[in-house]
Amino acid sequence: MEEKIIKQISLFAENKPGRLANIATNFRNAGINIRAFTIAEAGDFGIIRMVVDKPDLAHEVLHDAGFTVSETSVLGIEMEDVPGGLGKIADVLGGQSINIDYAYAFVTKTEKALLILRVNDIEGAIKVLNGAGVKLIDMADIQEI
Amino acid sequence: MIEYWNPLMERMPVDELERMQENKLKNLVNYVYQHSDFYKKRFDEAGVKPEDIQTLDDLKKLPFTYKSDLRDTYPTGMFCVPNEQLTRFHVSSGTTGKPTVVGYTKNDIQAWNTSLARALTSIGVGRGDIIQVSYGYGLFTGGLGLHYGAEEVGSTVLPTSSGNTEKQLELMQDLGSTAIACTPSYFLFMSEVANQNGISIQNDTKLKAGIFGAEPWSEEMRARIEEATGIKAYDIYGTSELSGPLCTECQFQEGIHIWADMFLLEVIDPATGEQLGDGERGELVITTLAKEALPLIRYRIGDITIINKEPCKCGRTHPRIMRVLGRADDMLIVRGINVFPGQVESVLMTIPEVGEHFMIIVDRVNELDIMTIQIEMTDEAFSDKVNDMINLEKKVQAALKNVLNLAVKVELVEKGTIPRSMGKAKKVIDNRKL
Repeated sequence: MEEKIIKQISLFAENKPGRLANIATNFRNAGINIRAFTIAEAGDFGIIRMVVDKPDLAHEVLHDAGFTVSETSVLGIEMEDVPGGLGKIADVLGGQSINIDYAYAFVTKTEKALLILRVNDIEGAIKVLNGAGVKLIDMADIQEI
Repeated sequence: MIEYWNPLMERMPVDELERMQENKLKNLVNYVYQHSDFYKKRFDEAGVKPEDIQTLDDLKKLPFTYKSDLRDTYPTGMFCVPNEQLTRFHVSSGTTGKPTVVGYTKNDIQAWNTSLARALTSIGVGRGDIIQVSYGYGLFTGGLGLHYGAEEVGSTVLPTSSGNTEKQLELMQDLGSTAIACTPSYFLFMSEVANQNGISIQNDTKLKAGIFGAEPWSEEMRARIEEATGIKAYDIYGTSELSGPLCTECQFQEGIHIWADMFLLEVIDPATGEQLGDGERGELVITTLAKEALPLIRYRIGDITIINKEPCKCGRTHPRIMRVLGRADDMLIVRGINVFPGQVESVLMTIPEVGEHFMIIVDRVNELDIMTIQIEMTDEAFSDKVNDMINLEKKVQAALKNVLNLAVKVELVEKGTIPRSMGKAKKVIDNRKL
């Protein structure tokens, strides 16, 4: 079950010029690739969430650069790029009263859609999604993308 | 076992102390009337003669002295001795205006050292202790004041002055400093640097006591410092006009003992100048009973506090002032409501998610005052759910509203972005053009 958990990098950033550039520079220097990326903004600040190929290194690099950063456990779901794909997942989780804290999606080179989810019960979610035949990706898959 | 530097003086019965103060006061008014044109003029204008002052109760007949008097008579117009009798000058940093000059005779310096020797003894610091003096040395009274006070009490001084924090930590470990004197904000900064370098103040140093002052700090901040570093944090009081840092809390940390043979205290209503009773909160007014070069009569020092004359557990009979949370000068008036930066600190430090660094910013937008409190995000409090962060802002807002009775804006900022200070921390930015 453990291997199906993806380590997402989350960081706190003030909403001001140069913050993203700073992150990008740090990653470039450390040879870290960003696979998926989203910003949740809330007025004066934002929370940047990223799936990267080397999460532990990314955490270290950003922490040393003075950022408030954490590693968050999320799920990566490979979706068929057909209508109803998202609805199925939401139904499966909702049926077990598992709440989705947030979600974002991206499309990979292999033309599959990947959905990143943070839920309030990650172990429970893995169990029901597996049971429903949903394909969860792991960190090794992230490195392949 | 409670130790005293001068047990007879420190435990003198209150009535005897007051008789002593009365005699000293009578001598003082004669002395300043004869030696200072400034005071002679001031007394004459107020229609009061030295012989009108016979009891402590007569004190209220005397006119007040203000910080502005020191500025108006710059540099030495209020001094009661000629320059050749001076041992030293200090010059105030001028945080609230133009600099002011203070001067000391040899006896003034000795009295200052004695005051600190009593204070240090009262917190268990003396012979065998190594005191790292991380207050700035120079024109500021903190460095040299603590330096000679620490020598007087028989401790070994490590005169690091402020700044060069990594060197300070190295020396603290290598030489085994047992006490440190600096501003609370500098000590916080020092612990932050220690953490970054993998040094634990608690486990890797011999530090047991911190003597913190020169800026207001709250009881809640004390709790945090003590918990994070394992030391006892003591408040020290004094300003350059009184000589410098002079008096501290004793080991019981229940107010600062102000030596009654050196200072006479009153608390007044800042608006009317009327004396208030013991236990009432007001503006502190101090008359110096032992100073020669620059004695001060009813000096409006500007700190807001309460005088406590109850006997202390330590056995000392000298009155205590309760923690000074603000100066009348520091008070902000925001939408007609009085706000002391110390109150804001007090509230913030009760919220575990809030770190030690904050900034108060006041703006005027469309004729309306807006107070913004910036707090730094900490690693511990960070959540990647936006709602958690917004709830934290709301929680801080509600706590401040509850105490200040004022709606404020709370802004989370990245850690390390609020300026750290080596000396007195600047905690307020007032952008209003008043």
